Amino acid sequence: MKAFAYVNPTNEKDAVAALSPQLEHSMPIGGGQDLLARMKDYVTQPDRIVNVKSALESTVTPFQGGLRIGAAMKMVDLSEHAEVARMYPAISAAAIEVGTPQIRNQATVGGNLNQRPRCWYYRNEEFVCFKKGGNTCFSPAGENQFHAILGGGPSFIVHPSSLAVPMLAYGATFRLSGPKGERLVPAADYFTLPTKNLRTENVLAPDELLTHVMLPAPGELRSGHYEVRYKTSHDWPIAFATVLLSMQGGKVRTARVVMGAVAPVPWRARAAEQFLAGKTITEATAAAAADAALRDAHPLSQNAYKIEVAKVAVKRAILRAAGMQTA
Amino acid sequence: MATRDDSPDGMKFNRRNFLKSTGVVGLAETVAAPGDAAAQSEPAAVGPGDVPVRLNVNGRPIDLMIEPRVTLLDALRTRANLTGNKRGCDRGTCGACTMLVDGRTVYSCSTLAIEVQGKQIRTVDGLANGDQLHPVQQAFCDRDALMCGFCTPGFIMASVGLLEKHPNATPEQIRKGLDGNICRCGTFPRIFEAVSSVKGGQRG
Repeated sequence: MKAFAYVNPTNEKDAVAALSPQLEHSMPIGGGQDLLARMKDYVTQPDRIVNVKSALESTVTPFQGGLRIGAAMKMVDLSEHAEVARMYPAISAAAIEVGTPQIRNQATVGGNLNQRPRCWYYRNEEFVCFKKGGNTCFSPAGENQFHAILGGGPSFIVHPSSLAVPMLAYGATFRLSGPKGERLVPAADYFTLPTKNLRTENVLAPDELLTHVMLPAPGELRSGHYEVRYKTSHDWPIAFATVLLSMQGGKVRTARVVMGAVAPVPWRARAAEQFLAGKTITEATAAAAADAALRDAHPLSQNAYKIEVAKVAVKRAILRAAGMQTA
Repeated sequence: MATRDDSPDGMKFNRRNFLKSTGVVGLAETVAAPGDAAAQSEPAAVGPGDVPVRLNVNGRPIDLMIEPRVTLLDALRTRANLTGNKRGCDRGTCGACTMLVDGRTVYSCSTLAIEVQGKQIRTVDGLANGDQLHPVQQAFCDRDALMCGFCTPGFIMASVGLLEKHPNATPEQIRKGLDGNICRCGTFPRIFEAVSSVKGGQRG
């Protein structure tokens, strides 16, 4: 990797001051599990690295009936946190499936949310795609079996974060800190489609830090999370879903259905949510909701199978949320 | 165009690097003292040339002059002669570089040495007590849990980390706990057998 200067601030203000408005010039490092690999492959070549592990909080604290999670919290600590598991079980379920024990011991919540796409063209130095400042996406005419089936174009990456999906489902708000102070951005506005923002996947500016995730009080929710993957470990899901159900008298009052690994952002399936409202959860209603969730999907040349996989993920997440057995 | 440096330890010396490093070392030493950093309004950057890095490895301090980009794995293998842990993929995928940092398993290839100063680092080199193998090492020998052996140091460190966290790990916990390590020879059944055979009390 290219040589770089290193800064080790001990507070948020100093950490922000060490960043730069220039893209990929001065970059924060959390666990480094994504960044260092990109640097070794010359995909990302910062001149300066800012260690934010001492500068940002790494704990979970009660916050307005919900919880506030410090961005420097390690994934292992998040996955084993009892209050998180009790209040937001889908977040625990997603966290425990991320990477491997070694990765979870290093990787941070902020890093997981801000990791870059796993697209093999983006990850290969030789392919100068939109994400690297080029003027094309290689996947539509190339190898696209893991690429987007929803919301794609002009870039067809899928969002790589497993945490982003349940965080969006629970209505998380992200606190960002920059040279002009802090701003609070709902998860729904944080992640951006390539049509709005081609080079990066969110609204975080190069001189801003994601410092906290605030989760609202969950209320009486039932949750289900289901990931479909080739390998049971150390892999990114082919498709996955978080489903939250608010029940009333055995019927769904309101539903939240969010899919992952299908689109350039965590993808909220409003058609499925509307379909579920007022229904009793059965195998048939879950399957119909899954069909609704994927109704607008447009596969590329090699990834039509992902539509079926995503349907399975949505259906099983719904059944799990309703407390029913799934494979 | 950035200067390429793909030497195994990330520290190929050429005139340009050498001049860069000598220019920055003086600065690095002044900010390395904890008191000085706090006195400044904003912490100063060190590097990109060599900076002093002190690592605590297997209970002993090791002082190195290395660039901030040097990984823990390369620092120990190429500068401290601790070659027990192996460099396999160098991308945090294979697990051959697994070490313990403050009791937790990490991919040392995906950890910057400069970031683990002040932490307790354990490598496979420090596991045995003289000629007395660690119980996990002994179990790998007894169960013949290796073929080529390249992954073994990483598997052993991952197993030690797992058993220190879960002294009576279930088969499911062992599988899940070791899924950050890959054996291309496919000795997984023997590895699981070896780790399962280590009894709680002997695992420390």
